[in-house]
Amino acid sequence: MRKPKRIIIREEYCMGCRLCEVYCITQHSKSKDIIKAYRGEEPRPVSGIYFEEKGFVSFALQCRHCDDAPCLEACITGAMYRDESTGMVLHDRERCVGCWMCIMACPYGVVKPDFGERKVASKCDLCIEAEFPACVEHCPNEAIVLVDEEGERIYKEAV
Amino acid sequence: MGGMPDRDFRVPSGCGITGIMNRRGRTFSGEVILSSICNMLERGNGLGSGFAAYGIYPELKEYWCFHIMYQKAPSKDRVEEYLKDHFRVVHHEPIPTKKVRSLEPVPILWRYFLEVEDGGRDEEDFVVRSVMEINGDVDGAFVFSSGKNMGIFKGVGDPDAIGEFYRIHEYEAYIWTAHNRFPTNSPGWWGGAHPFGILDWSVVHNGEISSYGTNRRYLENFGYYCTLSTDTEVMAYLFDLLVRRHGLDFETVGNVLASPFWSQIERVEDEGRRRLLKALRITYGPALVNGPFAVIVANSNYMVGLNDRIKLRPLVAAVKGDFLYIASEESAIRVVCRDPEDVWMPKAGEPTVGKLEEDG
Amino acid sequence: MAKAKYRPEFIVQRDDEKCIRCQVCVRMCSNDVHAYYPDTVISDSFKCVGCHFCEDLCPTGAIAIRRSEPHIKENYHWSGTDVYNIIKQADTGGVLLTGMGCDRPYKDYFGHIVLNASQVTNPSIDPLREPMELRTFIGGKPEVVIIGKSSEPELRTQIPPQLELETPIMFSAMSYGSISLNACKSLAKAACDFGTCWNTGEGGLHRDLSPYAHRAIVQVASGRFGVNKEYLDAGCAVEIKIGQGAKPGIGGHLPGEKVPEEVSRTRMIPEGTDALSPAPHHDIYSIEDLKQLIFALKEATRYEKPVGVKIAAVHNVAPIASGIVRAGADFVVIDGIRGGTGAAPTLIRNNVGIPIELAIAVVDSRLREEGIRNRASIIAAGGFRSSADVVKAIALGADAVYIGTAALIALGCHLCQRCYTGKCNWGIATQDPYLTKRLNPEIGARRAYNLLRAWSLEIKEMLGGMGINAIESLRGNREQLRGVGLNEVELELLGIKHAGEAW
Repeated sequence: MRKPKRIIIREEYCMGCRLCEVYCITQHSKSKDIIKAYRGEEPRPVSGIYFEEKGFVSFALQCRHCDDAPCLEACITGAMYRDESTGMVLHDRERCVGCWMCIMACPYGVVKPDFGERKVASKCDLCIEAEFPACVEHCPNEAIVLVDEEGERIYKEAV
Repeated sequence: MGGMPDRDFRVPSGCGITGIMNRRGRTFSGEVILSSICNMLERGNGLGSGFAAYGIYPELKEYWCFHIMYQKAPSKDRVEEYLKDHFRVVHHEPIPTKKVRSLEPVPILWRYFLEVEDGGRDEEDFVVRSVMEINGDVDGAFVFSSGKNMGIFKGVGDPDAIGEFYRIHEYEAYIWTAHNRFPTNSPGWWGGAHPFGILDWSVVHNGEISSYGTNRRYLENFGYYCTLSTDTEVMAYLFDLLVRRHGLDFETVGNVLASPFWSQIERVEDEGRRRLLKALRITYGPALVNGPFAVIVANSNYMVGLNDRIKLRPLVAAVKGDFLYIASEESAIRVVCRDPEDVWMPKAGEPTVGKLEEDG
Repeated sequence: MAKAKYRPEFIVQRDDEKCIRCQVCVRMCSNDVHAYYPDTVISDSFKCVGCHFCEDLCPTGAIAIRRSEPHIKENYHWSGTDVYNIIKQADTGGVLLTGMGCDRPYKDYFGHIVLNASQVTNPSIDPLREPMELRTFIGGKPEVVIIGKSSEPELRTQIPPQLELETPIMFSAMSYGSISLNACKSLAKAACDFGTCWNTGEGGLHRDLSPYAHRAIVQVASGRFGVNKEYLDAGCAVEIKIGQGAKPGIGGHLPGEKVPEEVSRTRMIPEGTDALSPAPHHDIYSIEDLKQLIFALKEATRYEKPVGVKIAAVHNVAPIASGIVRAGADFVVIDGIRGGTGAAPTLIRNNVGIPIELAIAVVDSRLREEGIRNRASIIAAGGFRSSADVVKAIALGADAVYIGTAALIALGCHLCQRCYTGKCNWGIATQDPYLTKRLNPEIGARRAYNLLRAWSLEIKEMLGGMGINAIESLRGNREQLRGVGLNEVELELLGIKHAGEAW
C-alpha cells in the first residue's frame, strides 16, 4: 500500500491564530471565497481541523490517515475507505449514514459530526481537490507542514 | 590654479602605449620608438603624447635630473631658489627643442642636474618629497621627470609633433617608452600628458582606474600625495611603493595590482602559495587597481607590461634577440621589427618582465 | 483638576462587511486591542501600538491601522507628541521610554549622496556574467607583506587574525533577552548559511545557539553578563561594547520581566531580576584601561581572534577611534545616531550622537592621516536601510556594516518602537512563550538570508556599474560619491565633491 502524504504538526511554532480552520472551511465551501463562505453560505462546512490549546501550547490536528485506521474498521457502510492510489483515508458523504462510529473509533478525535444538510461525518481530505492542503498553505508560521512518503517536506510552489 | 586649468581634475583617457627595451643595455635611437608610436596615431587625439628614455645622460648619470615645466617666469625663480636650498645644482640648461608651429604656446622647459648634498638620509625618499613639495606648493611649476640618467619628454600634441619638438631622434637610450593620448576632455596643460614619472620610474598607461579614490587614499598612508589627479600618477606611486619600498618582485606586484580572483586562489594547489596570495589580497586590497588598464612601467633596470585582472585593454608583447617589445597593438611592433621570434598576448594580471642584463 | 486623557496614536478601522468574526485578531493581539462581543468584534484604539500584526494576519483584509489625526490645535512649536509626552510625565513622574532608533528628522546624508557609473571610457561589468567579489576581511592588516626568497616565494609575514565574510554585511549586537531566542536563532543561522557574522550582544551564548558560535562575535559589555571562558572561546571575535548609537553614555536595562529561567541561566543572573549594565565599564575610566581589557581578552583568546571595540558616534568620534586603534583594537565599530535599541530613554535616543555618514568619513580620514588605517577595520552601524546605504558607507571608508533594524524588519518587525514592553506581537522583542513561538526560526533564517542575498546582489550590480569587480576597490573610494544639496562644510567633512563636479 502506498503511504499517503501527511501533515506534520509542529506545536512549538503554532501561535494559535486558527487561520488553518478559516482556510479549511473556505476550501471546502461551495464558493471557495472566504467572505461568501462565512457570510453567505448556509450550512457552513465543518473544518477538518481539531484545534487544541492549553496555556501557551497549541496545535491544529487533522486526520492522520493512519496506516492502521480504526475508522475504517468501524464504518458499517464502507463510506470510510482507503484510496489505494494515494494511500489516503477518504470519506464518501453519499454512502455515510451518520452512525458516527468513526467518531467514536478515532483515537485523535479528528473525525467530526456534520449537521449541515444531513447528519454525516466529516474529516480532512488533504484538500484533494486543490492538490495542496489549504491549512498548510496558509499557516503563517509553518506550524503545519506537508511531507511526502519519505518524510521530505513538500512546498506549495513545488506542486 | 593659474595657467594649469586641467590640474585639479582627473582625466579619464584612452590611449596607445609602446615600449622597446634592449635587455643588454645597448642604446638605440629615438627614431625607432617614434616610428612605433606614430603607427598608432589612431589611438590618440592630439591632446597629449610623450616619451621616456633610459641611458640618455651617461656623462651626468650620477646626478638626479629634474625636467621642469613652468607656466611663467616667476615660478622658475621660486623653484630655482628651492633647488638651491635643498640640492647642489651641478648643471642646468633649457631642454633642447625645435620650434614646431602646431605646438603653440609651449611652457618654459628646463632641466637640472642635482646632487643631494647631505648624505646619510634616504636620498630617494628625499627626492620624492622634494618633487611632491614643488608640485604641490609652487604655482605654475611642475617637475615631470626626476630620475638619474633618464628623462621624460612630453606635451600637448600628436606624438610626431612632440617627438620633433623635443628632438627625440637625437637621443640614444636602451629603454624607450611612448604614449599617445586620447583624453576625454580638452586639457591645455603639458603636465597632464604621459609618461608620468617619479625617481627613475616612468609609466605609460592606457586605462581608467575605477578604484582611483581607494588607491589614492591608500597611497596617502605612505606619504604619496596625488597632485596631478591622473590615474597614471597612482600607478607610478604604487610601483614605487611596492617595488622600491616594500621589496616585492614584479610577479608579486602583478598579483597585487591585478590580483587573481578568490575563486582562482582557492584552486591553487600548493598551500604555501595559496596562503601567500591570500595574504597579499588581505594586506594589499586597497592597492588593487580596478578598472581597465594596460600599462608599461620602466625603471633603469626593468621594463614591465601589465594588464588589469580581466584584461579590458589591449597589450601585445614580442621578442627578437636582445629586444623586448610591448605595445597596445601588434602593428606598433611589426613596424619596427618585421620578424619577431615570438609574439604573444600577455594574460590578464600576468606581468611581462624585461630585465636588464648588462654584459661586462 | 480634570485629568487629561491620552489620545490614541492609531485608529483601528474595521470593515464590518469584510469581518467574518474569525477572531484571529482577538486571539493574536498581545495588547488586547480586539475583543469578541456576541457576534461582533470591537477594537480599542487606545491600546493599539501600531505593530500591524492583526492587519497582516486578518484573512479578509478587514482591519486597517491608521494614524490618528492631530488632536491638538495645530502649533508649529508644540507638536501633539510634545504635549502628550508632558501630560504623560506629569502623570507618572517618569522618564519617557522608547525602542528602536532615533526617528527625528535630522538630515539624511545617505539620501543626499549619489553614486557613479561607467560610461564609454570604462566598461561597466555585468555581475551575472563575470566574477564580482564581495569577500571582506575584518581585522588588522600588516603594512607590508614580506616574502622569503629561498627557492619558492614563502610568506614571512604573520597575518593577524581575520574574520572572513562573504558579504560586507553583518548582524549587529542584539542580545538574547532583548530579543527572543527564536530571533537570535534566525539571525545566527542566516549568518552561518551566508558566510557572515552575527553578534551575541550582552546576552551570553544560549546553548541552543552554540551550533552557530563559529560565526558569533561575542560581546563583552559593562555588565559582563554571560562572559566566561567558554563564551570567549566559542565566538569568532570579541567585541568590547563601550556605547551604542541609540543611547550614547547610557547603560542597559533589561527589566526583570524579560529575565525568565533561560535568560537568567545564559546571563548568569538570578531569575526575575533586572539586568543592569552600568553606563561606563567600571574598570575602564580611560583609554589605557581599555588597552588593558583589549589585551586581557587577546590573552584569554590566545591572540587567535580579532578583538574590537564598539562606540557610539559622538562629537569626538575620530580621535576616540584613533585612540582605540592605538590601544590595539583589531576593529572599531561606530554606531550612529539612528542605531536601534530594545529600550532607551526617548530624549537620549533622539538627541545624543551624530549621523553615521559623517562619523565614518571623519574616522576613516583621521586614521589615514595618522597612517594607522590598516591596523583596524571600521564597522559602521546605525540605520542602514538598503544596499545603497551600505555601498555609500563603504565608499566613505567603512570595511563592513552591521544591520540590526533592517534584519528585524526581515523577521517581521514593523517599527512600533515598543520593544521595551516585552509584548512584541511578532515574537521578536519578547520572552513571553505565547509570543516567542510566533517567530519560527526556520522562516526567520530564510528571510534574513534572503535579505543578505538581495542586498549583496544589489551591491554587485552597483559595483559592476562603476566598473569595479572587487569590494576592496570601493572601500574609501569617495570619488564614486557625489553630494546633492550639501553645503561646503558637509562636503568637506564627507570628503566628497558635489554632483556636477568631474573627477
